[in-house]
Amino acid sequence: MADKALSGLKVLEWADFIAGPYCGKLLADLGAEVIKIEKPGTGDEARQRGPFPGHIPHPEKSGLFLYLNANKLGITLDPEIFTGKKILTELVKKADILIEDHAPAAMVSLGLDYTSLQGMNPGLIMVSITAFGQTGPYKDYKGYAINASALGGQSVCAGEPGREPLTPPLCLGHYQSGAAGAAAAMAALFARDFSGRGQQVDISEAQVWATLHTGNQESSFIMHGMKRMRWGHRTPGVYPYTILPCKDGFMSMIAIQGYQWKRFLEIVGDGQVPEWYANDPRFQDRRELSLKYADEMDALLAPWLMAHTKQEIYAMCREKRIPFAPVRNMEEVVNDEHLKVRDYFVEFDHPVAGRLKYPGAPGKFSESPWAIERPAPLLGQHNEEVYCNRLGYAREDLERLRNAGVI
Amino acid sequence: MSQERQYPLQGYRVINFGWVFAGPYLATMMGDLGAEVIKIETRSRVDSMRLSPDNLDRDPDRDPWFHSGVRNQLSVTLDMAQPAAIPIIKQLVKISDIVVENFSPKVMRDHDLHYESLAKVNPGIIMISLPATGHYGPLRDAQTYGPSLTGLAGVDNLVGYYGERVLGLQQAYADVNSALHGAFAVLAALRYRKRTGKGQFIEMAQLEAVIGIAGEAVMEYVMNGNVLGTQGNRYPTMCPHNNYRCKGEDNWVSIGVKTEQEWKNFCEAIGNPPWAQDERFADKYSRLKHQEELDRLITEWTVNYTHYEATDILQKHGVAAAPCLDTEGRFFDPHLQERRTYLEVEHPTTGVDFIANTAWVLPDNPTEIRHRSPLLGEHNSYVFKELLGMSDEEIARLESEKVIY
Repeated sequence: MADKALSGLKVLEWADFIAGPYCGKLLADLGAEVIKIEKPGTGDEARQRGPFPGHIPHPEKSGLFLYLNANKLGITLDPEIFTGKKILTELVKKADILIEDHAPAAMVSLGLDYTSLQGMNPGLIMVSITAFGQTGPYKDYKGYAINASALGGQSVCAGEPGREPLTPPLCLGHYQSGAAGAAAAMAALFARDFSGRGQQVDISEAQVWATLHTGNQESSFIMHGMKRMRWGHRTPGVYPYTILPCKDGFMSMIAIQGYQWKRFLEIVGDGQVPEWYANDPRFQDRRELSLKYADEMDALLAPWLMAHTKQEIYAMCREKRIPFAPVRNMEEVVNDEHLKVRDYFVEFDHPVAGRLKYPGAPGKFSESPWAIERPAPLLGQHNEEVYCNRLGYAREDLERLRNAGVI
Repeated sequence: MSQERQYPLQGYRVINFGWVFAGPYLATMMGDLGAEVIKIETRSRVDSMRLSPDNLDRDPDRDPWFHSGVRNQLSVTLDMAQPAAIPIIKQLVKISDIVVENFSPKVMRDHDLHYESLAKVNPGIIMISLPATGHYGPLRDAQTYGPSLTGLAGVDNLVGYYGERVLGLQQAYADVNSALHGAFAVLAALRYRKRTGKGQFIEMAQLEAVIGIAGEAVMEYVMNGNVLGTQGNRYPTMCPHNNYRCKGEDNWVSIGVKTEQEWKNFCEAIGNPPWAQDERFADKYSRLKHQEELDRLITEWTVNYTHYEATDILQKHGVAAAPCLDTEGRFFDPHLQERRTYLEVEHPTTGVDFIANTAWVLPDNPTEIRHRSPLLGEHNSYVFKELLGMSDEEIARLESEKVIY
């Protein structure tokens, strides 16, 4: 096996669904050894989520679970039972990083809060990922992705004015907080090199939205009183900054530079800017256009757009260096020639789900490869490996632990 | 403490060629962790982050986005289009650890600043490129802005009211996403170098980094040939799951209910109205099937309260809820305030800025703004004289030749 960026790093993942597991996946795909802890019986919630082949639920065939948990060892463990907690602490003693997503108060009542765990392993880095974080008045609030994106200001930025704000689809925020957790865990490793001590990395999904994604709005608000809102299929400030329908779908049309917009109008006008545009003084200032006449302009462009397909428009725009792009669906993305040439999607076998294609590396490393070495674990697949071979439990103990509901 | 404070990336130096805005965001994360970040920019082609749509004064030193997104970075002006600038840049790379760039694919190669060339000067260098679609492949020359990348990646197709037209995220989500994934990748590569001594090149196509966060939609197509359309606020395993109108102007509360226990708690929180016993809402399957009607009935309750009041009542009953906050709402929110989500920083052109804190909290290494957002070329003297040992005459000559510009 090739030497990987994070070879030798020992990670424990006690987290469900997307945020924590995505954090663990980023580390595992670069070579960290990630042991994933699942609830005995049902396992990670993502096993129930799907999608499932043929829409038939099966805990070993959930697409979300299979995608997020490749490269990990899987054990079952219930740390709420005395013996389960004892085993968890044994594992924590051997770990560099613990990823967890539990309510802060629940960790305290279990005696598994950071102070307690650090007592056993001073170098432990604990990555805690929750909706609202470990401090502040809402730290004990319950929160899902929709609540984090609401507080973090992302939701009010999508949707139509007057209608309900739109949370990013499919819990996208969980991936952002998982990635923030992975980056911050690396930072905590560098800090540990100096101090010899670990720390509890505090990831609030709401904060990831409120800083990275919407944070620059605050300085505009303080400087100029500006507020970012939702404006439907467009963003005012310059026209076009919009998504418009064409013959077979939608085009994402943004032209910040004037020449880009002029070139597009020349395509629409068969070689020259159409008279209905060139002769109308109201349309010449693109800021004014975006604020006052955008509906009218959308309607004027519609006949031409509706007469052409995404691919036709995209081809013409690329030739003229106009940065418009088709809004693609997943069929178009998965079958995209560009991504094929770049070997983006990866394919691998799973003993129950079979051979499937998955999203691949977020980045290509020239020295230390990103790689999938093993598929997602079956529920409790590595119990024997971890409990007997690493922690020294006897096979009979395994049986007893299983009967007691610990594993 | 008598000894100097140690930041996680103390002693590392980053050269940032990045501009609007994946690269600069990544570099700022390195700066927030204590690395010395030098942003190379030029007056002949000012970073559009300094002239963002929110920059009403059109003064490159007074851009609100730039003030927030580019701090803990130093600024030098060097015009890469001038051949004499290239050896100077290479000298800087020689004494640095990380190089960040997000130009279109040919730019660094055309200037002899691509990885192979920089690795000759400094074999341990870690370089990350964040091109839109990648350095190779049929779409390599595709011109995009951040928001069109989420279109190309299949994400925008999911954004809109359920079953209605596509609206899209309308934001440079792809830039932010790749800055975050890029920060992780660079730090992982730095761990590798610490262990092995080897530098490397990371190519992170923003398109690819963003597809990975839509895993469910990819798997739905791969497994079932199903193409997901606009999702609205629906999620297949939660109901209710929406933003609901509240008292006041454009106030909304987000509510998510996953388990049957949470549904019971929810009904109790809203006073157990008679309809809650209706068999149309008796279990999750039924609720998912009748969610439009359910949302309408829930709104009859939420409109009696502000978004904060509704949140408070629901949370007291163990139901996940939070107010939908806009720019102003976030600024005054007590939770975000207590967590120092926005930091007050003095700046010579504005007096005071409020800028976004780092995305994460490291309790032992809190983010400090050691350098507020730099003026264009503010650190020329430090970098050219102190770091590179250039003479005043040489600097003056390069300034007159518009190499330093």
